Amino acid sequence: MRRLGLADIRAGLARGEFSAVELVEDRLVALEAAEALNAIVTLMPERALDAARAADRRRAAGEPALPLDGVPIAVKDLFCTECVRTTASSAMLESFVPPYESTVTANLTAAGAALAAKTNLDEFAMGSSTATSRFGPTTNPWKAKGDQRPRAPGGSSGGSAALVAASVLPAGLGTDTGGSIRQPAAFCGIVGLKPTYGRCSRWGIVAFASSLDQAGPMTRNVRDAAILLAAMAGHDPKDSTSAREPVPDFEAALGSGVKNLRIGVPLEYRVDGMPDALDVLWREGARWLAEAGAEIVDISLPHTPYALPTYYIIAPAEASSNLARYDGVRYGLRAPARAIEEQYAHTRRAGFGAEVRRRVLIGTYVLSAGYYDAYYTKAQRVRRLIAGDFEQAFGKIDAVLTPTAPTAAFPLGEKMDDPIAMYLNDIFTVPASLAGLPAISVPAGLDHTGLPLGLQLIGRPFDEATVLRAAKALEAAAGFDAEPEFVR
Amino acid sequence: MALDRATVERIAALARIEIAGEEADALAAELGAILGWVETLNEVDTADVAPMTSVGGHSLPWRRDVVDDGGYPDRILTNAPDTAGAFFAVPKVVE
Amino acid sequence: MSALIEGQQGPWEYAIGLEVHAQVASAAKLFSGAPTAFGADPNTQVSLVDAAMPGMLPVINQACIEQAVLTGLGFGGTIACHSIFDRKNYFYPDLPQGYQISQYTQPIVSGGAIAIPERTVRITRLHLEQDAGKSIHDRDPDRTLIDLNRAGVALMEIVTEPDLRSPDEAAEFLTRLRALLRWLGTCDGNMQEGSLRCDANVSVRRPGAVLGTRTEIKNLNSIRFLREAIDVEGRRQVEIIEAGGGIEQETRLFDPDRGETRAMRTKEDAHDYRYFPDPDLLPLELDGAFIDGIRAVMPELPEARRRRFVKDLGLSDYDAGLLTAERARADYFESAAMGRDTKQTANWVTGELLGRLNKEGLEIEAAPIPAAELGELIDLVADGTLSGRMGREVFEAMWNTRRPAATIVEERGLKQISDTGALESLVDELLTREADKAFEYRAGKTKLLGFFVGQVMKATSGKANPKTVNELLRAKLET
Ligand SMILES: [Mg+2]
Ligand SMILES: [Zn+2]
Repeated sequence: MRRLGLADIRAGLARGEFSAVELVEDRLVALEAAEALNAIVTLMPERALDAARAADRRRAAGEPALPLDGVPIAVKDLFCTECVRTTASSAMLESFVPPYESTVTANLTAAGAALAAKTNLDEFAMGSSTATSRFGPTTNPWKAKGDQRPRAPGGSSGGSAALVAASVLPAGLGTDTGGSIRQPAAFCGIVGLKPTYGRCSRWGIVAFASSLDQAGPMTRNVRDAAILLAAMAGHDPKDSTSAREPVPDFEAALGSGVKNLRIGVPLEYRVDGMPDALDVLWREGARWLAEAGAEIVDISLPHTPYALPTYYIIAPAEASSNLARYDGVRYGLRAPARAIEEQYAHTRRAGFGAEVRRRVLIGTYVLSAGYYDAYYTKAQRVRRLIAGDFEQAFGKIDAVLTPTAPTAAFPLGEKMDDPIAMYLNDIFTVPASLAGLPAISVPAGLDHTGLPLGLQLIGRPFDEATVLRAAKALEAAAGFDAEPEFVR
Repeated sequence: MALDRATVERIAALARIEIAGEEADALAAELGAILGWVETLNEVDTADVAPMTSVGGHSLPWRRDVVDDGGYPDRILTNAPDTAGAFFAVPKVVE
Repeated sequence: MSALIEGQQGPWEYAIGLEVHAQVASAAKLFSGAPTAFGADPNTQVSLVDAAMPGMLPVINQACIEQAVLTGLGFGGTIACHSIFDRKNYFYPDLPQGYQISQYTQPIVSGGAIAIPERTVRITRLHLEQDAGKSIHDRDPDRTLIDLNRAGVALMEIVTEPDLRSPDEAAEFLTRLRALLRWLGTCDGNMQEGSLRCDANVSVRRPGAVLGTRTEIKNLNSIRFLREAIDVEGRRQVEIIEAGGGIEQETRLFDPDRGETRAMRTKEDAHDYRYFPDPDLLPLELDGAFIDGIRAVMPELPEARRRRFVKDLGLSDYDAGLLTAERARADYFESAAMGRDTKQTANWVTGELLGRLNKEGLEIEAAPIPAAELGELIDLVADGTLSGRMGREVFEAMWNTRRPAATIVEERGLKQISDTGALESLVDELLTREADKAFEYRAGKTKLLGFFVGQVMKATSGKANPKTVNELLRAKLET
């Protein structure tokens, strides 16, 4: 059952090949067996089985099936789940049990899904390796040929990515602030979609950077991403930034092909030191789309080089404020102290790991008196220029094709002592985040060491349908069917 | 951009994060390097560009003035590290 | 208290600006659906949003926007078509988010003014912001207790220019602002319950000189304390300056028991609030139609109503001012005056009614005599059924029994005797009995008229219509 995707499960249940309970029980065993990946923070067997039993009951009663009936799902431990502890992989929230359920996980539950595990992430979603987690690093199921060093799954949604890549679960939930769905998807050889900002509700997701955070699906194929996104998305009156856009039938859109689509290839994404394999794959991706009927257009997104520095002002600034609520007063860790000021300082020292502290300090600095305009306001201005680049490009193209990440998965522990080197992982994913655009990573090939590489497609606001269509064409042409060593 | 130790200590105090003595110097170097890197933005001419404060194209949604929440002190207090009756409790604050 | 402070080295002048926090009259909080009612059990009026649980998000309450716009229009401010909610970042245990959502560079209202007798006081701005929770320091020996019921309640912060020149002017301004807020129904103005709180920025200078360094006195929760705090703070500053010292810009607290202000133990760095636009909220856009809609339902403002009372209803400036000090008062008066003599009605309302309310410490909303019933009483006096004195007696009975005038008049047989026939025989009898005095009157001692009137009133137990009695006596004595 490990190979079944969302569409397969739907069909299998309909044909009575297996019950939802059989499937979920099977996957719960697989989850236990996947311990070596360190991808799971908290298992939710009861919750998953309850959902599966309900799905079987509906089928037995002759009721119409729900779109995600019986589908076991990995949930990044950043989504609050009622009565199940939600940690953000931080010591700060190690024993926090929310008395509420995030809108996205509630939507999935209402669609029949069996949420089965809370998965590991970089602490508070700050990282590109899942190594800053309180619970230790998650391991990428992939290894390089002739190199037994464990690899990073990317991050911050590395736990969900690893479980999906290892065929433990058919789908996972991630969140993406600057690439945290797409980069781990590329590192793990799966599909990861960051929807348009505002497409999925942020209510109940532990906030990192509010103007950038967006939930999205992580699956083994493009069709499943379309199915999962449709169940996650929709307007939420509890989130002021949630869009009142209709949610189209993303799955139906996949059939439309890419004929007459114009795909832009931005010259600024060709960066120094990019591995040859990636450059080759990128050109090949463009050729595949052309062969499928799309028109390839060279475009310029001139402010691309400034996206990463812009992001590393805006995201920490918002984070420094979003994380101010972790003060040891109402929930979470409290370090004992005799005075309140001492309690704050000790609690936040003990509760936050090094990378979180670093970003909170950077964010505090760029917002502080005398520096605000030079850093924060400046970054907001450049952010508008970056968004403007895309807006202009979308006047003549329908989607942008780029690599997802500048490298394949690096060995665990690498880049940990050089923040900027780590930040460079997000060089290709951050621009779409700043502009709020939908973007997907599709596994398109392997590098010379057998590690997966991803290509990214970026679309117009709320035009996930076109992004998914183009991704489907890439997927079909790439014929990516390699499996990681962990599975073999 | 070089950061001095005093600046790091001021920022850490603002952020309410304790830093040990030696750590301040290491952080000064590390944060200084990051700040130096982000200062490449100064190459961009933004004279006529308005800051982008939000991504959403829509306007701020409004809620009606109805009471439809609250009334569950147990849920509010359930994760509290320290309480006194139905209050949260913290070490004594002197004003 | 005089406007100037007489120092050892000459007079000093105050420059005072106020920052008033007015709780918006709304059922739910500014960004959540939890209730705002005063006095509930701890943490019962708290939503997950108000407690800043991870992942919780704010959604703005329409009524709070409307109340802020109405208030701004009420003092002639400019309503911003585009305003921004910012985060003001600081740590305090009763501030759950670690920041207050407020408005910094682009408030919802700018400008405007409120007139006091001495001058026109300019208003700098009005912005919307969240209240914090409540810290209780005196209930536990070593812990501070936190109640978040207030956390997230909508406040309007109204800031004035440093235009006020004395403690009395500050008190007068706050009184008028409070009346305006109550008039508009945008804040209940209850200072005991904390619905209206005031910070005062106080500095002193030589008359006409440039502004001196100011101190901010926090959390003044009555108009009396406002006046006292400014008074003592001004004297403190003068003493320091005259002794050759300098004023430190700082935040101070007023201790009403000791009659002094003292510096708060706040760290200097706490003032780096790192304001930035709240990324959980989008800019607040108001179109002209929305603002016009609120303008259309805005009640006639106190000043306009006062002028109308003088011009159209013929009231004195004094009465018109008294009757428009509160909207409920003006409404009561107009409803009582409907279809009858406005001056008479004004006399009754400002005299009997307000006097009695004042004595009992009641607001006019709590008056036991409805406006329409006071009107009926006024009619009974006007048509001669009751004398003025009897009217006051009936008023007293109405107040105590909550029954209409007609009923009381009936029960007590209080009808005034205006029947000329009945009174004429009484007068004739009297003039016969007191023939000596009648002779004296006719000889020129006309002061005796009072005596005769008194006798008739006595004989009728006060029920005789004094006007009729007067006329009858004059007629009989002067022929
Ligand atoms: Mg203030
Ligand atoms: Zn304020």
